[in-house]
Amino acid sequence: MVFDLSDEQRMIQETARNFAMKEVLPRAAELDESGRFPTELVRQMGDLGFMGIAVPEEHGGAGMDNVCYAIAMEEISRACASTGVIMSVNNSLACDPILKFGSDEMKREYLAPMASGKKLGCFGLTEPGAGSDAGSQKTTAVRDGDFYVVNGTKNFITNAPQADTCVLFTMTDKSKGHKGITAFVVDMKWKGISLGKPEKKMGIKASATSSIIFEDVRVPAKNRLGNEGDGFKVAMNTLDGGRIGIAAQALGIARASMEDALSYSKDRKQFGQPISDFQAIQWMLADMATEIDAARLLTWRAAWMKDRKMRHSKESSMAKLYASEAAMRAAVKGVQIHGGYGYIKEYPAERHFRDAKITEIYEGTSEIQRLVISSALLKG
Amino acid sequence: MDFRLTDEQRQVEEMVRALARKEFAPRAAQVDEESRYPEENHRRLAELGLLGMLYPASFGGSEAGPVAYTIALREVAGGCASTGVGMAVTNMVGETIYRFGGEEQRRKYLPMLSGGKGAGAFALTEPGAGSDAGGLSTFAREDGGHFVLDGSKVFITNGAHACVSIVLALTQKSPRKISAFLVEPGTPGFNVGKGERKMGLKGSDTVSLSFEECRIGKSAMLGSPGEGLKIALSALDGGRIGIASQAIGIARAALSAATEYAKDRRQFGQAIGDFQAIQWKLADAATEIDAAQLLVFRAACLKERTVPYSKEASMAKVFATEAGNRACHAAVQILGGYGYIREYPVERHLRDIRVTTIYEGTSEIQRLVISRALNR
Repeated sequence: MVFDLSDEQRMIQETARNFAMKEVLPRAAELDESGRFPTELVRQMGDLGFMGIAVPEEHGGAGMDNVCYAIAMEEISRACASTGVIMSVNNSLACDPILKFGSDEMKREYLAPMASGKKLGCFGLTEPGAGSDAGSQKTTAVRDGDFYVVNGTKNFITNAPQADTCVLFTMTDKSKGHKGITAFVVDMKWKGISLGKPEKKMGIKASATSSIIFEDVRVPAKNRLGNEGDGFKVAMNTLDGGRIGIAAQALGIARASMEDALSYSKDRKQFGQPISDFQAIQWMLADMATEIDAARLLTWRAAWMKDRKMRHSKESSMAKLYASEAAMRAAVKGVQIHGGYGYIKEYPAERHFRDAKITEIYEGTSEIQRLVISSALLKG
Repeated sequence: MDFRLTDEQRQVEEMVRALARKEFAPRAAQVDEESRYPEENHRRLAELGLLGMLYPASFGGSEAGPVAYTIALREVAGGCASTGVGMAVTNMVGETIYRFGGEEQRRKYLPMLSGGKGAGAFALTEPGAGSDAGGLSTFAREDGGHFVLDGSKVFITNGAHACVSIVLALTQKSPRKISAFLVEPGTPGFNVGKGERKMGLKGSDTVSLSFEECRIGKSAMLGSPGEGLKIALSALDGGRIGIASQAIGIARAALSAATEYAKDRRQFGQAIGDFQAIQWKLADAATEIDAAQLLVFRAACLKERTVPYSKEASMAKVFATEAGNRACHAAVQILGGYGYIREYPVERHLRDIRVTTIYEGTSEIQRLVISRALNR
């Protein structure tokens, strides 16, 4: 057993940390305040290879492994969780399914531009009536010659307002339930596609989220991702990887909460001493640090298994569940350690608190993760 | 990064798992019921080389290394937690003698420990020195060619079955200097008190020790004068990985019993495992146990490479023992009334695991170690 990072993994950690601290962190408060999409950061991340880390170089990516991806995600999210999720969706939810299930033509046309950061991707699975129950898709795709005609509405789609490409899920045969779902790769400029207005969110405000409306959109049959009926499998398989990304994002937020609280506790004096000298504060910090390490090990284990093409659904769910809930606990403690200053926008603790919450919800709620884990136990 | 076990580690896992399932688990309830020290289990551990896993064959050890050791201990504790703690302390004592002892001490004691001639005991805690271990008051007065020990120790695991005990004592009061000694049973003035009656781990031997004008040779000192606290803390760093593994072993046994029960037990016309209320508890326990296991392996890997690992050992211990307690608590809840009676093993698991957040450094001491490392 080896817990050390490889040279490549250490290198990306350093690169990502430097970039995150120098370029991303100084903008994070402003991005949160304005809710502005960080176009300049996304471009820079593209140049650094961060938009397609685990995509082979021949397809425009950085050609690294999924552990590298988790490492970079943690560092970027440490600085700005919004920037983190933009990156995560592009890597895990847009690039990864095309890499795994797409045709060569799709890889050339859609994957390479996204993996190199020239274009941005989104993932159209969730609908107003299909959240945790992702199988109950209402968006339809009806075959018409060499095309499919798509109608329906997707909502809560991260990156949608900026996205060039969407990995879209539709129902092609309702009578088959899950097995009637089919995935497509869709150009967001196509006729009949429109956006709802961006959601106003509690946190991750600089990541743009909106609904996407499809009205008689004609999608060429060659843009079908996998076979008819493969869609649910594509979605679940993709989310197994996406959960690693969100676990790493949660880790970054948790670390931000802890590192900010630690430095505050050393400076802040009450009762004649730094509050870090009180066990009440020490205990919170010790628990945050321990849980962060535990979460990171779970995340890296899942990423390592994905790299080895081992089945990792349960391990991804464990990583996502544990990391996101640990991040929320860390964020609560971070605010508490800051006291009143944790509640105002002059300090980042309150942003971490708002940002952490989403990690327990998207790409499978904590409840869905527990379902995945317990069915692995009970059926095993 | 590589999360795989080596072939050798996997072999240890398989061998010890089979031993614990076939021999230890079936008598664990009876050992608990009778509060009996399971001599036969310790004999088996000795036969299989599991009592000297951290020193070389030239001293009778099997030198399997810290990772393999944590795996073996986890499996033993999963079968019988009492046997697990006895094994843990004997291994820790042997390792400490190997690390700090002179050639003669190593030759004399290490083959005895690994061969099962007797257990090893580690006598640090006193009535007035628990978490504040440095505040101990047992005194070792120099008298010609001897030391004379006076004082008492409490809560000493393996104390009555030890062939050698590491005893920590003051050799100077001002400034305070603590030194370590190796004391054999039968030394005049060295008395073993009667066994404590405990909530759990009833098959483990826990006694008080008293020293009244107990005369030992100068050669009984372990390490250098004044080195005692350093020796104790170094032993405890390793010990904490051991106790974390013990907790994981107990928790895994409880989780597996609860999972099986949830599949069989029917209420409201379906298996209770079909209810989310039960599924959630199982999912949380499994996730936390996996996280604990990774923290333990990380600490053991650092130790194996002889890089500092105090913080990581404390993280592993506080996390694994607290998560293990939660898992055992959940298991009792899943079994309901059957979780509270002795026909099922989970009530024993809950009693057994309770002490893991207390001994070899309470959770509070682990948090102190971790927060100090953060504040540095």
